[in-house]
Amino acid sequence: MAKLTPPPGPQDHARGKEGASVTLVEYGDFQCPHCGRAFPAVESIIEQMGPALRFIFRHFPLSEAHPMAKSCAIAAEAAARQGKFWEMHHAIFQNQDLLSPEALFAFAKQLGLDLEQFRKDIQDPALEEKVDEDFVSGVKSGVNGTPSFFINGHKYNGSYDEESLMASLTF
Amino acid sequence: MLTIGTPAPDFTLYSTPGQQHSLQDFQGRNLILAFYPADWSPVCGDQMSLYNEMLQLFRKQNAALLGVSVDSKWCHQAYMQSRNLHFPLLADFEPKGAMAKQYGAYDDKEGQCERALYVIDGSGIIRWNFLSPPAVNPGADGILHALEKIQAKK
Repeated sequence: MAKLTPPPGPQDHARGKEGASVTLVEYGDFQCPHCGRAFPAVESIIEQMGPALRFIFRHFPLSEAHPMAKSCAIAAEAAARQGKFWEMHHAIFQNQDLLSPEALFAFAKQLGLDLEQFRKDIQDPALEEKVDEDFVSGVKSGVNGTPSFFINGHKYNGSYDEESLMASLTF
Repeated sequence: MLTIGTPAPDFTLYSTPGQQHSLQDFQGRNLILAFYPADWSPVCGDQMSLYNEMLQLFRKQNAALLGVSVDSKWCHQAYMQSRNLHFPLLADFEPKGAMAKQYGAYDDKEGQCERALYVIDGSGIIRWNFLSPPAVNPGADGILHALEKIQAKK
């Protein structure tokens, strides 16, 4: 049970090559404090493992608990249309205490995005649908909270601190 | 836990001080029962918050959701407001745990509900169940799978 569905594909935001020996998938919520704490751990792991690792981020916003979570996910998708998904992902997690609609525009500006295009894209229902699809895929894969990690398609049930994650990735 | 294929026992319990719910209220709809140990405890919070985000997905499968614990209706009211929950939590409070006992989902030692899930179809028949260790949030993949199976048979 608890197998990643669907497997990584072209719809995903990925860092690292497809043929990497380990694929780590995170289901995350941009306003979730646990995801905020996992962020530096994951970044450090990505740096240490280099080309051996492929990292994918899927959205799992708990909108009722975190009112900015879905807007952040949509903002990241809008940034992705201008090739800056990961830059927005970083900006949001690095400023998790300051999240607001204004802050998202400020990040977009700092990242050098075309703001008019960004404004249009965040209102495109297709982006919300993509976020919802990630959420449904998470539920079906057995995600029960955030962050949830999958290592080579199997749910990881350990702690999300750097040491534990790293140990499971390098088995 | 009760056997799959058997009729679900009837119940009538308060969720908030002004509202009662019975099994019959859900005739013709699928019903998810989520027994959980207590309001406010961390794992339960995550589990209920997760289901709270899934109400639309459940609705698409013609399903309603009820949480059940031994907390009182006043406690539930405060908890629901604090977590912004949009589904009822039943107070299995007096006599304590009566509904949970009927469903084989009561932990006598701790005096609280087990972390147990049931899916009941529109005719009141139990179609799926799952008992989770108290500290493990069982997620919702099993529920969705069971609902999809019921809907596919129609």
